[in-house]
Amino acid sequence: MRFLEHQAKKLLSSWGIPIPRSGLLTRPSQLSSAVRKAGGYPVVLKVQVYAGGRGKAGGIVKVADLSKARAAAKELLGKRLVTAQTGPEGVPVKSLLAEQGLTILKEFYVSVLIDRSRQVPIVVAAREGGIAIEELAKEHPEEILTTPFDPFLGLLSHQSRRIVTWLRIQAEHREAAAKQLLKLAKGFFLTDASLVEVNPWALTKEQGMLALDAKVTVDDNALFRYPELERIKTADADTPSEAKSRQIGISYVGLSGSIGCMVNGAGLAMATMDLIKLNGGEPANFLDVGGGADVNQVREAFKLIVADRKVKAILVNIFGGIMKCDVIAQGILSAAKSMKIKVPLVVRLEGTNVEIGRKMLEDSKLGFITASDMDEAAKKVVKAACR
Amino acid sequence: MSILIDKNTRVIVQGITGKAGSFHAAQMRAYGTQVVGGVTPGRVGSQWEGLPIFDGVAEAVAETGATATCIFVPAASADAILEAVDAGLPLIVVITEGIPIQDMLRVKTWLKRGPTPKGQTLEGLTPPVIVGPNGPGVITPGQAKIGIMPGYIHKPGPVGVISRSGTLTYEAVWQLTKLGLGQSTCVGIGGDPLPGTGFVEVLRAFENDPETKAVVLIGEIGGTAEEDAAAFIKKQMSKPVVAFVAGATAPPEKRMGHAGAVIAQGQGTHASKVQALKAAGVSVAENPAVIGRTLARMLEKLQVQV
Repeated sequence: MRFLEHQAKKLLSSWGIPIPRSGLLTRPSQLSSAVRKAGGYPVVLKVQVYAGGRGKAGGIVKVADLSKARAAAKELLGKRLVTAQTGPEGVPVKSLLAEQGLTILKEFYVSVLIDRSRQVPIVVAAREGGIAIEELAKEHPEEILTTPFDPFLGLLSHQSRRIVTWLRIQAEHREAAAKQLLKLAKGFFLTDASLVEVNPWALTKEQGMLALDAKVTVDDNALFRYPELERIKTADADTPSEAKSRQIGISYVGLSGSIGCMVNGAGLAMATMDLIKLNGGEPANFLDVGGGADVNQVREAFKLIVADRKVKAILVNIFGGIMKCDVIAQGILSAAKSMKIKVPLVVRLEGTNVEIGRKMLEDSKLGFITASDMDEAAKKVVKAACR
Repeated sequence: MSILIDKNTRVIVQGITGKAGSFHAAQMRAYGTQVVGGVTPGRVGSQWEGLPIFDGVAEAVAETGATATCIFVPAASADAILEAVDAGLPLIVVITEGIPIQDMLRVKTWLKRGPTPKGQTLEGLTPPVIVGPNGPGVITPGQAKIGIMPGYIHKPGPVGVISRSGTLTYEAVWQLTKLGLGQSTCVGIGGDPLPGTGFVEVLRAFENDPETKAVVLIGEIGGTAEEDAAAFIKKQMSKPVVAFVAGATAPPEKRMGHAGAVIAQGQGTHASKVQALKAAGVSVAENPAVIGRTLARMLEKLQVQV
């Protein structure tokens, strides 16, 4: 689960890491009160969206007085912001963070995450901040320091001191900076995070070292430990379909093509998309119903695809293991009862209870195209979508 | 021969009284696996289809002589894995999906620190060998299966299969079987970011297994497991390897179903994995529907008798 900048900063602040003073606004009329919370002008207005690349896209503006602030707030709120990470359709700007305008002396980068290959938690620190870390890693890897640490002991004090020394943070700010690193690493475990990133981590004239921007991602599999997050787990969905899929409890990612897919298993679902593309089609979505889905979940998942207006044909590709083919058939038939399926449907079933599943579909009056293997299924659905 | 399991493997099931645990324990037995008991805390003294149920793993191992476990407990119970480790089981197959990554991090860290295991190694792998979580398990066709894969799609033979995905493995295996290419053992290492056992360890076991003549490796986007596998293959594998990597069409920064299947900060792309595998001499199938045929062609070219 992702968080918006202001939510992530609130988390950091609760761990004891300094952040700039700020106020949030969702309407231009809230501007004055937000600026007051930020400590008055100048302020920086920052759009609150999940995508990165906000600065370059004009989503972050420094304003010195009320008239300029009002004009900027009016322009930004409600518009669709297109950044390098959003795709051409952009994302709607629903809120702005008005933040204390600070004099930045130097910017750094720091993050805590798990190194999958070495299977240890690491702190990644860079001498340059405010940039994309993957770009820096390519061009100046010598400017990045990776510090593995022990998950039981946590980041050790001497490790934090070594990092800030390496970063060449001014001597009088090192102690405070090292303490912030320890708190960041602790917070990573406190929230079951998969990523905590402060970029830039800045040295300011007014307040010393603080988190100027922050990104926190909490492991979806750990949300059960945080009931307050579990309740809002649909909040960070990019589209209504993705929000709906999370309520249903299936994995769904919306894409731009015309062929809807319902598959069991993440690998097979990705491979099915790849195969559609190889055959000249474009997938409309990734959808993994998973192994443990019941008839209701399958029905709701299928309805989600049928309701997508981009979809010109649907491919159901199931290789039953934990998932039984008859459950899939029942879910499809149940969906077909409650809504009209106007597009061609191609079905390929294999695996556990395949005979029962096939028979249920054949006995129904639902018109559909069968395929005996994955290749044939992909070819047939691409052809059907082109009609 | 085979790796990890055969007809002599004695298996207990942790979570045997649950819906998935009991269904698949029955399926494993029907396939010929020696299922010797189950563990469900609080249910000691009762029975499951004539088999004893125990409160804990240590007790179950002492009473039944089990050599492996299959775990179906809920995701919040990573402790079940450590319980099996503590009981000294050399093979631990974890089917459970949704274990938090930090829980798995603690499990893996604990494993590195635990006492040196006694007893023999499994084809060069140091026990305890944890397969999964979030995978289909292990099957040695015609002998035994520990997991949830449909048995009928498999056939005994010389091809080792290793994969991060469940159903995509079934797909590949089914293609192999239909072409008459049987499998020595199929290992699903699971779709989580921190698998108990990685590609490299299983590849090493296949390399050491005299009956395995070729390997099919099925990867997907996210992490660097395929790149690590490629490095190992280049240096240490003599047997031919065919691979498929799922997710050529997956957008960046989106989690594609599996917790581990995400292109994050430019890392874990399809292109990088395919490139690394090809550079290691692996024959990469671009199309998931021709994984079997790609292997058949390679065996023909190399004139490997199967």
